[in-house]
Amino acid sequence: MFRDAGLVAGKDLRIELRSRVTLQQVLPFAVLVLVIFGLALDPDRGFLGRASAGLFWVAVLFCTLLAVQRAVAVESADGNRDALRLSGLDPAGIFLGKATAVAAQLLAVEVVLAVGVVVMYGVEVTGVVLLLASALAATAGLAAAGTLYGVLAAGLRVTDTLLPILLLPVLSPVLIGATEAFEAALGGVASDGWPWCGLLVVFALLYLTFGTLAFGTLLEET
Amino acid sequence: MSAPHTTTSSRSTRVLGVLSLAGLALLLGYALWWSPPDVVQKDSVRIMYVHVPTAIVAFSACGITTLASAMWLRKRTEGWWVLGAASAEVGLLFTGACLVTGSIWGRPTWGTYWTWDPRITSTTLLFILLIGYLALRRVDSEAGAAHRGTRSAIVGVLLFPNVIVVHYSVDWWRSLHQTATITRLDPSIEGTMLFTLMLGIVVFALVFTWLLVHRFRVGWLEERAAGGALDAALVQRRAEAGLAGGPA
Repeated sequence: MFRDAGLVAGKDLRIELRSRVTLQQVLPFAVLVLVIFGLALDPDRGFLGRASAGLFWVAVLFCTLLAVQRAVAVESADGNRDALRLSGLDPAGIFLGKATAVAAQLLAVEVVLAVGVVVMYGVEVTGVVLLLASALAATAGLAAAGTLYGVLAAGLRVTDTLLPILLLPVLSPVLIGATEAFEAALGGVASDGWPWCGLLVVFALLYLTFGTLAFGTLLEET
Repeated sequence: MSAPHTTTSSRSTRVLGVLSLAGLALLLGYALWWSPPDVVQKDSVRIMYVHVPTAIVAFSACGITTLASAMWLRKRTEGWWVLGAASAEVGLLFTGACLVTGSIWGRPTWGTYWTWDPRITSTTLLFILLIGYLALRRVDSEAGAAHRGTRSAIVGVLLFPNVIVVHYSVDWWRSLHQTATITRLDPSIEGTMLFTLMLGIVVFALVFTWLLVHRFRVGWLEERAAGGALDAALVQRRAEAGLAGGPA
């Protein structure tokens, strides 16, 4: 299973490296979202600094939609889904591999966004460990739930419009937990953030487990 | 083919319908006249007799959809498939009713139509989750009968767990921010008020069942019609080609 996951993740990341979609489109979009928040919320009033944790994760959420859509679009074209079915790879491995590739791209986006938030919104990081731990847990949850729902909505006429309405409400606990944890890590009391980090871990485990179990059925029958 | 259906009602649903309507009339009497006004909230408490039952029914409907989806994944029988959508659709109606009545109640009680109360927030998210499920369901049915249903069934299975996760995280989130939690229900309601509330729950459960049965039957007939249309078209084409009518 893990060998297959490595193969699929490697394949997806190679496609991203060669096509440069993440680098040239998703990353600039993420930065653009930060700028747009700056335009919408008057920077002089001090909203940006206080809201930075939430804005950071909203930007990540938007990028999750893009990354997931991209990850499933790669498999929808040219009968790739049939090829994947016939490949003999473990479905659980395919799920974990695709989720890992999405997570890797999201982590890259988050690094850029973090720099952007620090530079443009003037935020101070006080709890580095909490920040990293909650970012990792949140990203795992986003990637797992995103991949599962992405494949659920894949290959339909309306994938692009259907995915946000299916996925965003499901991801709302991640948005809440990650924002609270980040607020604690950015100038707050770090110990307040750890329970939220726990919520993120539970969410990620739930979706990783369910995705691993359900992916076989999903791949065979859709 | 059997005779074309002109109605989805039967003797039992007519009894259920009469019971529902009579129950609603009785509830109206209790809610508006025979129950006393609340000490604190005065007459505005009366909307509770609609609001709380619709909330309970809405969340139960969500549970039924999850159960039906899981059963469909297991058994693959048409009934579970139709039940999942029927329950989600009627559940959406009750979720909407719950939000609207809550909002109307909130105005005199809290002075605002909307507040980021955990229950309102998670009910709103339930509303959107149901809309998403039904939207997927609609496109999924068009995808062709051969591999229909698996994706909406998986979203259906995840519906109730998602509602629980969303509810608890929102609840936790708000409890940190709100210094004074708004208590909407008097913890010790009793007598006529308690009876009226219980009556409301029973009556709205009846109304839900009534609507659900009808919606289920409509869904069932839709399935039949979808199959029938193909058969009819086949017969027609055969007739055009001068072949015998029956299946080859």
